[in-house]
Amino acid sequence: MFDIDSYHKADTVDEAIALLSQNPDAVPIAGGTDVLVRLHSHNPDYRHLVDIHDVAELKNITMEPDGTIVIGSGVNFTDLAQSPIVSVNIPVLVEGASSIGGPQVRNVATIGGNISNGAPSADAAPPLLVLNAHIELKGPEGFRRLPLHQFYQGPGLVDRNSGEIMTCLRISSTDYKGWSGHYCKYAMRGAMDIATIGCAAACKIDGDRVAGIRLAFGVAGPTPLRCWRTEEKAQGSVADQTLLDLVSGSVLGDLRPRNSWRASKDFREQIITTLSERVLKEALKRNGVSIS
Amino acid sequence: MNRNISCTVNSKSMTWQIDIRMSLADLLRQHGFTSVKEGCGVGECGACAVLIDDVAVDSCLYLAVWADGRNIRTTEGESKEGKLSPVQQAYLDTGSVQCGFCTPGLIMASTSFVEQHKGQKVSREQIRKGLAGNLCRCTGYDGIVRAVEQCIDAEKK
Repeated sequence: MFDIDSYHKADTVDEAIALLSQNPDAVPIAGGTDVLVRLHSHNPDYRHLVDIHDVAELKNITMEPDGTIVIGSGVNFTDLAQSPIVSVNIPVLVEGASSIGGPQVRNVATIGGNISNGAPSADAAPPLLVLNAHIELKGPEGFRRLPLHQFYQGPGLVDRNSGEIMTCLRISSTDYKGWSGHYCKYAMRGAMDIATIGCAAACKIDGDRVAGIRLAFGVAGPTPLRCWRTEEKAQGSVADQTLLDLVSGSVLGDLRPRNSWRASKDFREQIITTLSERVLKEALKRNGVSIS
Repeated sequence: MNRNISCTVNSKSMTWQIDIRMSLADLLRQHGFTSVKEGCGVGECGACAVLIDDVAVDSCLYLAVWADGRNIRTTEGESKEGKLSPVQQAYLDTGSVQCGFCTPGLIMASTSFVEQHKGQKVSREQIRKGLAGNLCRCTGYDGIVRAVEQCIDAEKK
């Protein structure tokens, strides 16, 4: 039996907000693949639960008239990967979603949970960062929106106030139309593993130059990180081997990988440098630019 | 902390009073569905896999309250009138059962995979990916993959 002290089930977002506001110690539980694992090891921070597992309004994927893709926080990774809206327009997110855990985990684990738990290794995070995703939260005072990179505050820390629920992730059409992307998870095993390093790249091409380039990494710092300085340096460059060299020579300046029992800092830096080139090369290829 | 839930298990209607702190694996085992094994308890081994509304789920990481109103399938219900299901028969034919602890979970994960890929051509790589959530500590994966292949081939005929 799980070590649960209090449990309340919400049927709507507003009900969940009311329940979370009443008990500042309460945490939301959606898919349960993180919260129940923590309870399994008797973590006292998860003893008060507000259950949002069956809140139907969080499980939709829609496209607004202006092309904005809206993904409910309660959408699981299997449904996410199978959604035509997602797989046609933002396949880079499918690459992230289908690399998480194994099938049974993906059948229940939610994208909102993957982001809200603040894990530096979240496989959904690097793809969402290069898609410039915005988070929408709802609390007692109403809605607020912020870019995903601002939502992350530290390892396991996100900008979610008590009483707030993440309702959805929003990706604007200007952040995916004309862009191509790729995500690669480097892990010790082909499945059921946590990324040693996760790398996503996205690019937009204008003639022979890059009109836009975005790069993001997981497990390369205290939170998933965008490579702002490298992106700025590469902006407007001719899409050739010199660009790849510039990027792979610069990314470490944007990141803060560390030693852990999973991998050493030196090894992580080696993977980061290699992946930055390889993943960007594939993203360019998907935009019609082949660099041999 | 008690609550009543209604669900079907292997097509039989059940109404149970449950403790909200229970996992679905706890609940099923308590009521005699002991094919459901708890191996790791953290969603890595798949020994507790059952089908909920035909979707494979690790029942150790699934609260029993969430089963309310749903249809659950365990390995006990797969054989009908003494006849093994095609997946169970394929496991037998290919010698895919060694110590047997992972078998019920793998049978359910395989059943879900076979049902989802009816009439499709699938590669060994796809089968391995589809069963990636189940560990066999006897490492008898080759037979298991052949068992799934046999079921998919039989579906095509």
